[in-house]
Formats: sequence, C-alpha cells, structure tokens
Amino acid sequence: MITVEGVTKAYGTTPVLGPVTQVLAERGITSIIGPNGAGKSTLLTIAGRLAEPDTGTVRVRAGDGGGPGELDVHRARSSEVAKVVAVLRQENHFTARLTVRELVSFGRFPHCGGRLTATDVAAVDEALGFLELTDLQGRFLDELSGGQRQRAHVAMVLAQQTRYVLLDEPLSSLDIRHAVRMMRLLRRVADELGRAVVLVVHDVNFAAAWSDRIVAVRDGRVVAQGTPAEVVRDDVLEEVFDTPVRVHVLDGVPTAVYHR
Amino acid sequence: MAEDTGTRPAAPPAAPPVGAPGVRPWLRLGVVAALAVLALACYLLLFVRGSFEFAIERRLTTAGAMVVAAFTQGVATLLFQTVTQNRLLTPSIMGFDSVYVLAQTALVVVFGGGALAATDGPGKVLAQTLLMVAFATFLFRWLFSGRRADLHVLLLVGVALGMAFDSLSTFLQRVLSPADYDVLSVRLSGRLGTADAELLPWAVLACAVTGFVVLRRHARLDVLELGRDTAVNLGVDHRRELTLALVCVSVLVAVSTAVLGPMTFFGFLVAVLTRQVAGTHRHAVLLPMSFALGVLVLAGGQFVMEHVFYATGMLTVVLEFLGGAVFLVLLLRKGTL
Ligand SMILES: Nc1ncnc2c1ncn2[C@@H]1O[C@H](COP(=O)(O)OP(=O)(O)OP(=O)(O)O)[C@@H](O)[C@H]1O
Ligand SMILES: [Mg+2]
Repeated sequence: MITVEGVTKAYGTTPVLGPVTQVLAERGITSIIGPNGAGKSTLLTIAGRLAEPDTGTVRVRAGDGGGPGELDVHRARSSEVAKVVAVLRQENHFTARLTVRELVSFGRFPHCGGRLTATDVAAVDEALGFLELTDLQGRFLDELSGGQRQRAHVAMVLAQQTRYVLLDEPLSSLDIRHAVRMMRLLRRVADELGRAVVLVVHDVNFAAAWSDRIVAVRDGRVVAQGTPAEVVRDDVLEEVFDTPVRVHVLDGVPTAVYHR
Repeated sequence: MAEDTGTRPAAPPAAPPVGAPGVRPWLRLGVVAALAVLALACYLLLFVRGSFEFAIERRLTTAGAMVVAAFTQGVATLLFQTVTQNRLLTPSIMGFDSVYVLAQTALVVVFGGGALAATDGPGKVLAQTLLMVAFATFLFRWLFSGRRADLHVLLLVGVALGMAFDSLSTFLQRVLSPADYDVLSVRLSGRLGTADAELLPWAVLACAVTGFVVLRRHARLDVLELGRDTAVNLGVDHRRELTLALVCVSVLVAVSTAVLGPMTFFGFLVAVLTRQVAGTHRHAVLLPMSFALGVLVLAGGQFVMEHVFYATGMLTVVLEFLGGAVFLVLLLRKGTL
C-alpha cells in the first residue's frame, strides 16, 4: 500500500499539486488519468521519490502482513526503498551507450550492487522475455524504435522485482498490439506476482479495461476515484477533461467515446 | 560489446553473465596498459647520453609527473563527465583549475609569500588543497544539482567563471610585492619537464587515496551515468555520490595543477580516447583505461618529441592544441553538446 498524505508541491509560487491524501496502490492495477498538466506525473514522481514534496509524506508497506514494515519513501535509506518501489519517468535519456540487456541488468542493481548472480541473470532473462525483447537484447538503445526503447525501460523496472511498480505513461509510444500486450503483461505482474502497479494512462478506455481502480486528477487534486464503473461515466469524465464524453458499455466494459 | 549479447536464447549457464564486462574490454585494457608501460620504459631507458645516473634521475622525475598527470587528468575528467552526464565539459573547461590559482594567490595575498615558500610542508599544501576542494565542490555542486541543466549555459558559466577567477587572480597578483609574486609564479608554473620532485610522493599518495575511493564505487558510477532519476530509482544516494565525486575531482585537479600547472584540454583528449577505446560503459574498465591511456599518450608523446623532433618542452603545447581541436570538432559536430 502506498499512502500519500497531505502532499503538496509548488514550482515557484504556482501550486501544481495538492494537498493530496490518497491510498494509491493496495494491490492490482491503479490508473491515474487526467488532462495535460493536471499533476499526474508530479504525483507519481513524488510517490516514487524522484521529486520531493513541499509538505506531506509518502509511506509504503514494505513487508507482508502490515506491522512495522513501513517505509517513508523520502526518508528511508535509498537502497532499501529501491527494493520496494520502482518508478519510471515519462522520458528517459542516457549519455551512456547501452545495449538492451545491459539496461535491463541495471534493474538488478538494488539487489546485487552491479555484480550479477545467477538469480539476477534469471530475473533479467525473465523481464526480457516478458517484454518480447529477447531477440533485441544485444541491440544498443539508440538502435531501437521509440516503442522498443520504452519496453526496454519497463523491462528494467520489472527486473527490479519490487512490490510496487510506478510507470508514467508506459503506453505513450506503443502501437495497439504492444499497448494491449503491455497491459496484459502488467495484469499478469499484478495477478500472478502479487505486485501493485500504478500507472499514468491517457487513454481512458485502456484504464477502464485493465485497471482495478482509477484515480482522476485535475488541477493538482484528486477529483474522482473508484472502480472503472464508478469513474468512467459521462458526468465524471466530462468534469475531469472538460470535454463531451459518451460512455457505452461494450462487452461489459465501460467505453468512452470522445473523439467526435 | 556485442560479442556475446547477440542472439543467445535464455539463461547462459556457467559463462560470465552477459551484461557483466565481457572479456574484450578487459583485454583492451590489458593491451593499453602494456603499451603504456612499454612507452614509459622506452622514455626512461633509451637514448641516454652521458651519465646514466644523472639522466635517469631527471627522467624519473618527469616520468613521475607524467604518471600523476595521466591519473589526475584522466580520472578527474572521466568522473566529472559521468556525474554530470555530458561528454564535452571537463573540470578544466569549467574552471576548476582557475579556482586553484585563485586560492593560491589569495593565500599569498593574505599571508605573504613566506606562507608558500618558507615552510612549504605537506601541511600547507594540504590546507590549501582543502580550501580549494571545499570551494570548488560547493560551487559545482550548486551548478550541477539542478535538473539536467542546459549544457550551453553551463559551458558559458564555466568559461565566465574561469575568466572571472583568472582576472581576480591577475588583479591580486598586481598588488603583490615583487618578492611574493616571484614565489607565487614559481608555484603556478609547473611543467612536465620541471616538476617538483619533492611534491611527487605526496601527489602519488593523493592519487592512490582518491583512486581507491573512486574505484570502489565503480558500480555506483555506472548507475550515476544514467542520470539522477534512474540512479535514485536504483537506490543510489544521488546527492551524496555527486558530492563525493566532485570532491574527488577537486582533489585530483588540485594535485594536477600543483604539480604540473593548468592544463585545459589534455583531460578531455584522454576522456574521448578512453570511451572510444574501452568499448564499455563500465567504470571498472573505464577508470583504469583512462589512466593507462593518459600514460601512453604522455610517455609516448614525450619520447617522440624528445628523440624525433628534438622539442623537449613542447609536448603539453601539442597535446593542448590537439585536445582543443578535438573539442571544437565534437562541439560543432554535435551542435547540441
Ligand atoms: N520543473 C517544472 N517547473 C515548473 N513547472 C512545472 C515543472 N514540472 C511540471 N510543472 C508544471 O506542473 C504542472 C503539472 O505537471 P505534470 O507533469 O505533473 O502534468 P501531467 O499531468 O503529467 O501532464 P501530462 O499529461 O502532459 O504528462 C504543469 O502545469 C506543469 O507545467
Ligand atoms: Mg506527465
């Protein structure tokens, strides 16, 4: 469980987030939706400790069964948090020239400190296989398409084998086949491996079809949350996005029609 | 690096894990190191005219200076480029050594020339170095702690700071008495050929300590090169590691400048060569490689300059020119830094 409590963030004098008090991920998949500039990335990066909040705390339950296993994400030892929470930004750019396999191997750093054991190699292989990157593992990142590169980055945070995985727009440059595969994969990560996945998604329908919970953010505040059936509704979405939306139920999944 | 990562299916059994340094980068390092030793031996032992003992003593000092220069410039530049995630800026280009010159000058202004000359023990050098290290670390951590700053701006800031410090030093030197100025200028005009033999053991010691600290962190440096966000995600204490790296860089630059005087582009040249030759992103290989390449370039260059061109004192000039040319070419070719 990731508990965000009273978190605010301002750039200069412009407040961009909060105060937000929110349980982000119990288990399963939580999707964060909202318009551009709503503060989704800000919320996710603060929860993933890439950014410091101005006020408030973010705590995660590290061990099973509750109790004392709580970590304050921003104050606990970085090396400890890295075994519990993995986070991937919207854009990533490296100066080093790495192969796909080298990048994914970095995901094992919190566990092995750079010296891969057989377990680490197996985890890397698994992550590569999961994301259909096994054939591309020897390629350099700058020799990949945008979508392939994105999958390589996701493979790295999966290889980290953390209980919580936070992803900022993992679908943004994937084609429909890989977008669906990515969501199916994240579903498996959540269901079979019992990990909690939080992701920022722009496509409301992907969020509706694959998430357990949806959190809608607007102007730095959580304006709606709940199951897909509770959030993906005409009135809620129109308020969040300020645009006319019709929701139809197709095959049991609420589906928003908004492109005309 | 592509050798064993190509199309292998899953789980390699006993072979070294892919992604760990393969054999080739280490082999390359071995070859370069052997060449560096060879070059150093050639420089020391060949073409001795007159008294062997006299020649060897002088050459040993120069060789020591070359080793120190190679280590300090090579490692400092590599480290700096890694933690600041750029391939073009170097500590010297950012004005680290101007800070050193200013610190030296300020010391003479405040305490008089005697402060440098009379009791020029290791204690004084140490105090001086610490002063400079503290200042440079503070300044550059402040500059680089923000989100990926625009490199053009940084370059501009670095050049401006360098000029500001230099002119401040020049101004302060004007106010000095001629005697104090003499002392200072001797201090500041280190050269490869005229290195101070007394300082060398201390320089080597400083190099060894810094080298130990840096090399122990080689895996963390690999992660730091991926940038702040990825490093934080992978559990590296970014702020601490950045500060520590900058402290090491300042120590190395201080040592280099104390022994050899300011050098602007030599470190850059070595860093470019290192990344070309090493063929890996792993600092376990990159760091020793930069040292070995530095020695190779300096010793080989000095040997050629002395015995082919009969131009003993010209090596640093040539290297600076070459390094500067490479810098400009890369700067113009990349356009964006
Ligand atoms: N470094 C920064 N400096 C100043 N303002 C910033 C900075 N980063 C983000 N902002 C502002 O904070 C607000 C929230 O940004 P954020 O990146 O969280 O939006 P988002 O919901 O992720 O949007 P998108 O859907 O476009 O990714 C925006 O108005 C943005 O302009
Ligand atoms: Mg965003």
